[in-house]
Amino acid sequence: MIRYFHKALADIRSNRFLNLVTMVTIALSILMVSLFVLFFETLGRIMDGWNQEGRAMVYLTPEFTTDIRPELESAITRLDGVVRVAFVSKDQALARLKNQMAGSNRFLDTLKENPLPHAFEIQIQSRDGFESVAAAVRQIKSLDMVESVEYGREWLVRVFDLFQLFRLTGYVMCVLFLLIAFFITASTVRLVFHSRQSEVEIMRLVGATDRFIKMPFYVTGLIQGAVGGILGLLILFIAYLAVSSGISRSMGELFHLDVRFLSVTAMGGIWGVSTFLGWFGCYLSLRQLLK
Amino acid sequence: MNLDTGKNAIIRLFNVTKQYGGKPALQNVSLDIEPGEFVFISGPSGAGKSTLLKVLYLAETVSDGQILIDGMNLARISPARLPFLRRRFGMVFQDFKLIPTLTVFDNVALALDVAGKKPSFIKKKVMHVLRITGMETKVHELPPTLSGGEQQRVAVARAVAGDPDIILADEPTGSLDQASARRVLEILLAYHKKGGTILVASHHLQQLQTVVTGRSIVLEKGRLVSATRLEPYAT
Ligand SMILES: Nc1ncnc2c1ncn2[C@@H]1O[C@H](COP(=O)(O)OP(=O)(O)O)[C@@H](O)[C@H]1O
Ligand SMILES: [Mg+2]
Repeated sequence: MIRYFHKALADIRSNRFLNLVTMVTIALSILMVSLFVLFFETLGRIMDGWNQEGRAMVYLTPEFTTDIRPELESAITRLDGVVRVAFVSKDQALARLKNQMAGSNRFLDTLKENPLPHAFEIQIQSRDGFESVAAAVRQIKSLDMVESVEYGREWLVRVFDLFQLFRLTGYVMCVLFLLIAFFITASTVRLVFHSRQSEVEIMRLVGATDRFIKMPFYVTGLIQGAVGGILGLLILFIAYLAVSSGISRSMGELFHLDVRFLSVTAMGGIWGVSTFLGWFGCYLSLRQLLK
Repeated sequence: MNLDTGKNAIIRLFNVTKQYGGKPALQNVSLDIEPGEFVFISGPSGAGKSTLLKVLYLAETVSDGQILIDGMNLARISPARLPFLRRRFGMVFQDFKLIPTLTVFDNVALALDVAGKKPSFIKKKVMHVLRITGMETKVHELPPTLSGGEQQRVAVARAVAGDPDIILADEPTGSLDQASARRVLEILLAYHKKGGTILVASHHLQQLQTVVTGRSIVLEKGRLVSATRLEPYAT
């Protein structure tokens, strides 16, 4: 195996330009792919933050009286995904409003009667995504005495749909980039193989097995894939370092962004895919070339 | 043909015919070659000399007839076992067939490398055969920087490196000057003296035939027209 490795390195050296082009192509493809993955990992994490901790206001009908509060409160608490329920009486709500509009509360003072409804402020948490939150909200809405539930659902759903579409496009692009890397590898192997035709013929004459002839190509493919993958991830990491410090400084507090580089799993996966690609391009080409 | 002598023949051909698109290159050739024989194959250009060697190392398959190498029927050799057959031959060609991007050392080492020999053994053996062929000072050179005679000596070193039973040489001196040709032949002779079986195909063998005891086979239009014992005229 070490022997084949040395031979592959010698092959790469003797075909420097072609191999360099291949590795750079793989690196760029992997850069694009990992950029997408980084983007979706980050976006996904942000969205998880949104849909796992939802705050909703449950506004009650005028018929509600405080003596049915315990009953209603426990009915809501029993629902799946509801983690905290706090009662906000109409008086408290008005006080809050006055507090928020401090300075211009003369208008509120002119009110003869408190126009605000009683409400529950609830905290919803879901373990399995946005859908279960939506389900909890629907159930609360169907309860007696509940006028309406205010929850940023419509808005969230739209963002979610957009995100899914984005992700789909991303996947398609990823596949496209990987295909490019694959075809470049495969055609490099083909070029190198053709340029070595007479050499391969000589090897055959002195008794080389197919395996002996193929191995250096495979090892070259693996090296190209592995090095290209690392190169692509490295470029992304450097770009990330440059950009992330700027982002977290300017928008960190604003959006409470949790900016992190790719997870180890994702990096391992990308590197694995890249290495596999190098090998697979080789494999298919050689299978076609050697009868 | 004496059938008794065939019993311990290392190469046996039975009515071998080879056609290229209906045009015969070998016709009904039967031949037994004993281990340790030195066989000259001569005849005009296009007589089938190269074809005769090619069917032996299975670069071509016969159209008809049978070939046994050391009792092995070549028709039964699967593609997967072909490399193992090839390792039993050392081959020398008019155009040397060296790999131009590999050093002299690596070219010779290739013959042992393909057989999976250990690096330490390869190093020893390669240096040994390069010393025999007088090429030990050019170990790190690339073939294109060498003269034709030197390249052929490297090729012969590669051919003998794996200690093959049989050496097949197709016009080994065809592109060499007299002195180089003689040098190459002397190396082949030395191998023959140690018991190696050698087949040399050439259309200008007169000078070669003066130096060795062996057999001369003449082909004409794919037919074996004569086989004579040779005795060296002088030493
Ligand atoms: N690959 C081939 N395809 C078609 N004809 C061939 C091929 N190889 C050799 N021949 C023909 O077979 C005959 C014998 O060729 P060859 O064995 O090379 O002769 P020699 O080596 O004695 O000069 C010639 O007529 C040649 O044209
Ligand atoms: Mg010929």
